[in-house]
Amino acid sequence: MVYLTRKAEFSASHSYNNPEFTPEENQRIFGKCNNPHGHGHNYTLEVTVKGQVDGRSGFVVDLKQLKDIMNREVIEVLDHRFLNKEIAEFTNIIPTTENLAIDIWKRLQTKLKTAELHRVRVYETPDLFVDYFGEA
Amino acid sequence: MKAYLTRRYWFSASHRLHCADMTEAENKEAYGKCNNPHGHGHNYAVEVTVAGQVDARTGMVCNLADLDRFVHEKIVQRFDLENLNTLSEFQQVVPTTENLCMELYGILENGFTHAQVEKVRVEETMLNSFEYAGGREARH
Repeated sequence: MVYLTRKAEFSASHSYNNPEFTPEENQRIFGKCNNPHGHGHNYTLEVTVKGQVDGRSGFVVDLKQLKDIMNREVIEVLDHRFLNKEIAEFTNIIPTTENLAIDIWKRLQTKLKTAELHRVRVYETPDLFVDYFGEA
Repeated sequence: MKAYLTRRYWFSASHRLHCADMTEAENKEAYGKCNNPHGHGHNYAVEVTVAGQVDARTGMVCNLADLDRFVHEKIVQRFDLENLNTLSEFQQVVPTTENLCMELYGILENGFTHAQVEKVRVEETMLNSFEYAGGREARH
């Protein structure tokens, strides 16, 4: 089994707010992230796939295919968007880095044909990242 | 759904690697330049990974403000700009980064209650790092 990781970057804005909380609760729990106008990050996405190395090609996965899938399914969808307002999945789900990693996993999982998705890592900043391994 | 949240912190400290049970020659052999009696320092980077179900109401494994507060109070303020050899934690054990990593894991495991502590990773320099997951296999 060999693991292959491909990076990509996108920039997006988000705001943290749960309408079931009072304004005071939202402010206490989410702090500055509760600003309704949003704020942005340069996200770095790391996608790790795993599989056996193909005897003929020497590949775990065709990197060009993986790159194209990541671009089409994730980067083109999320890049330069206000996640809360423009991405349907985040209408009722807060676009925290945790939920973003889970959302990206769902976008990629069914599209990968030749290799198995192992990990989605989303860096919100260089000092903060979330890993999702598809666990319930 | 279970996710893993990792946050990086920094502190600077000095240490000397020296084992009282070894002879002078053995210490020199084992620790080389790190045995310098005056000590030397590092900018340590500490990566703390916590795990848990993503809370459906907050979208979080745990509130980052709680993790930041705990690490600043219990780790950064404790170790930043200190000589590790002078601290009570390292009177019986050599302050290698292996032992530092296990010590930091213990502080988190025993005191941080907002999420499960999965792993601590300590970079001593940009070229070497150490991970401890409480004796479990570290998840990558």
